Amino acid sequence: MTSRIAHIASNTFREAVRDRVLYNLIGFALLLSAAAIFVGQISIEIEKLVVINLGLTAVSLFGIVIAIFIGIGLVSKEIEKRTLYTVLSRPVRRWEFIIGKFFGLTGTLVVNTFFMAIGVFGALFYVSHKFVRADALIFVALYFIILEFVIICSLSLLFSSFSTPLLSAVFAFSLFLIGSFAEDLRGFAAVTHGFTRWLATGAAYLLPNFSAFNIVSSIAHEQPVSPQLILHNSLYALFYAAMALSGAVIIFEYRNLK
Amino acid sequence: MPAIEILGLEKIYQVGFWRKRPKVALRPLNLTVEDGEIFGFLGPNGAGKTTTLKLLMGLIFPTAGSARILGHDWSDPEVKAQIGFLPEQPYFYDHLTAHELLNYYAQLSGVPAKERSQRVHATLQKVGLPDVKGVQLRKFSKGMLQRIGIAQAILHDPKLVFFDEPMSGLDPMGRREVRDLMEQLKKEGKTVFFSTHILSDAEALCDRVAIIHKGELRGVGAIEDLTSSVEGKVELIWQGAHMPASLKALGAECHLSGDMVRAVIDESKQDAAIDALRREHLHLISLTPVRTSLETYFLEKLRRAETTAGRTS
Amino acid sequence: MKQRRQVAIVAGACLIVSLAASALLLHHLDQIRPQTTLEDVLYLNSPKILKRLSLGYNGLLADIYWTRAVQYFGFRHHSGEVSYNLLAPLLEITTGLDPHLTAAYHFGASFLAPRPPDGAGQPERAIQLMEYGIQNNPDDWKLYYDLGFIYYMNLKDYSKAADAFARGAKVPNAHPFLRLLAAQMAEHAGEYETARMMWTATYQNSQDRQIRQNAIEHLRGLRADEDITELQKLVTRFGERTGRPPSSMSELVTADGLGGMPADPLGHPYKLTPEGRIELSDPDYFPFATKGFPPGYKPPQKFHYDQP
Repeated sequence: MTSRIAHIASNTFREAVRDRVLYNLIGFALLLSAAAIFVGQISIEIEKLVVINLGLTAVSLFGIVIAIFIGIGLVSKEIEKRTLYTVLSRPVRRWEFIIGKFFGLTGTLVVNTFFMAIGVFGALFYVSHKFVRADALIFVALYFIILEFVIICSLSLLFSSFSTPLLSAVFAFSLFLIGSFAEDLRGFAAVTHGFTRWLATGAAYLLPNFSAFNIVSSIAHEQPVSPQLILHNSLYALFYAAMALSGAVIIFEYRNLK
Repeated sequence: MPAIEILGLEKIYQVGFWRKRPKVALRPLNLTVEDGEIFGFLGPNGAGKTTTLKLLMGLIFPTAGSARILGHDWSDPEVKAQIGFLPEQPYFYDHLTAHELLNYYAQLSGVPAKERSQRVHATLQKVGLPDVKGVQLRKFSKGMLQRIGIAQAILHDPKLVFFDEPMSGLDPMGRREVRDLMEQLKKEGKTVFFSTHILSDAEALCDRVAIIHKGELRGVGAIEDLTSSVEGKVELIWQGAHMPASLKALGAECHLSGDMVRAVIDESKQDAAIDALRREHLHLISLTPVRTSLETYFLEKLRRAETTAGRTS
Repeated sequence: MKQRRQVAIVAGACLIVSLAASALLLHHLDQIRPQTTLEDVLYLNSPKILKRLSLGYNGLLADIYWTRAVQYFGFRHHSGEVSYNLLAPLLEITTGLDPHLTAAYHFGASFLAPRPPDGAGQPERAIQLMEYGIQNNPDDWKLYYDLGFIYYMNLKDYSKAADAFARGAKVPNAHPFLRLLAAQMAEHAGEYETARMMWTATYQNSQDRQIRQNAIEHLRGLRADEDITELQKLVTRFGERTGRPPSSMSELVTADGLGGMPADPLGHPYKLTPEGRIELSDPDYFPFATKGFPPGYKPPQKFHYDQP
């Protein structure tokens, strides 16, 4: 069982890294990191600030784009184009397929993040000429960004299990946007009453909440991150992804493949 | 033990967005395929051939009925280790090479690591693609892809293979090779179940066939048995470029070539035709029974089905 | 199809457990990171930049910031905080993105100007906000009212208040009482009647729960002050007549022919101390009263009970 999942994961990874779109996106992200150097030169004091902010935001945004578009391309397309028929004619369980794809996709994103992060650190070194202890916080920010990816990947798979590639991409992207404003949704839920409140609160807990993951601006100001937060975020990402993947497994299990 | 036992397998789709109407893709099907035979599943496009295959593969779920494959329940995932499937117009991962793809499939089928590379190599030879190392699949022609499809279906040495339109996309050479391959598989003791709408292939290969039309089974059996059920015809060739009216009256189709006439009439009218020729003083050169082709049987069956449907609807 | 069902059941259980766990974790996360969100929010506190960044979706962003402003104030107020440093920037951003979001101006008038812990204690900034609002919504008479209100209540600048009311009165469809208020400023500035009129107007013209609650409490405080002033006068007269303070409230009531035992707006009877001071029996309920507190009384951290 695990070997099949591992094979599916590594195959997904291989297929993803051969896709040229990936390299364009990474290249673009690196370009942005370089651009950050010039933007930062507006004022000496904020040079480092801009590099970290712009660089990490680029890593995050491009990563989301990769997670959504390539991720959905890999799964929805596979279902639509019947590559799946030959895979499922083997002793592979449908749920193994979903889980394998998930790990393959997440693995791809971790590697991408690694490369894009090199760009950020490179730009940082260029403007500061040295690394300080506080720069280790950037790793925490990158880790949180990866946790966001984990959630987005699981959602991509959830939508791919029943929807067409285009719609899946739209849904996943919408949830990313909503997740970024999730705090406001909860704030909204807190000031409403009755049925609206019930509905809004339900939505606020069901939809992904990325506000806790976005520490880019605070680490840019070198504010420390509590270990408790790291633990909680990790667990949240784990459980949320498990939730989305469970949904994907159930839907996929019963789906008649065209 | 039969290789495949299909027991009342049925598939009804609900079509439409608001008011769902039922669409019958497959009426309850009962069919048995014996171990070691090449079985042809024939029918026009849209008859339900692919539906049946997808049901057996577990890609879609039946609304009723069940099946047993190699003695096991068809939904048992472990049974899949012993079967191979070639879908219609297969599509594969664009960016992988043939070796990587087949290696992946071998992994998923549980082929031990030690044997994989050698198996992949041997299978590629078998399907006639020995020199494709390092070429990504997106560069393959349709015929090459079809061969890869066959390769992945037989790679893990399954006992039973399912082919959906295996000749599609192949040139005559390729088709010949696939036919030879299928014969080879039979020699190896495997069972082959393939669907096609090309009757000549079926005729050449199959031990038994089943004909399906509009989701319903119209006939099952060995080809000779089926064709002999249709009334035979005889072919008469006589000297003299003369087509007597009496012979035409017997329903003969006459063709003139040189100074000989060739006519085909129903077997039952054979004696009447010979008498007619004698009366006309025409010299009979040969009298040969014409073997009814599968095609005739096929079309006859379909036509009858249409008429029945016409009468009942 | 046993396997399918098995998988579905396991996955279903996993789904429910994960859902519960993630909801729980979210709840927990709130404790860990209280108000840091808003600090990030205001990393970009220039309305102009934000407007450009919002790619034309100003309205939506303004609504989001408005929700945050209300939540920010409500949350801090309820937990007894005494500073509201972010309220002004939040309101400025909101109105910068959408100058016609009048609810934000009204909110600022009620809660930016007053001194902590009732507000942010920034009357000048509140005035700036009102003027900005008037600039962008010159026909909205309520904004002039708000402006005058701030001058009157918080800055005690009666002539500027009068000016604001007068400007507002000129607006077509302005409420007639603006003209009245402008006139009142001249003669009766600083009196109970005027203050009562203004708080009543604020209450009647607002839909916002917090603003109305605030107005009610002010009105109660005014009433209490008025009552106590009157009662205190009665005590003094009693003292002049009898040479001693009244021994009890009932004695005062009988002596002066009052209708019944005098009670504050919430129904609690006023107390009469042996020294002859009139006091509130429950001063905690009257955060805006200025009289009737026992000596050494300290208002509690958390007030503003949700009284109907």
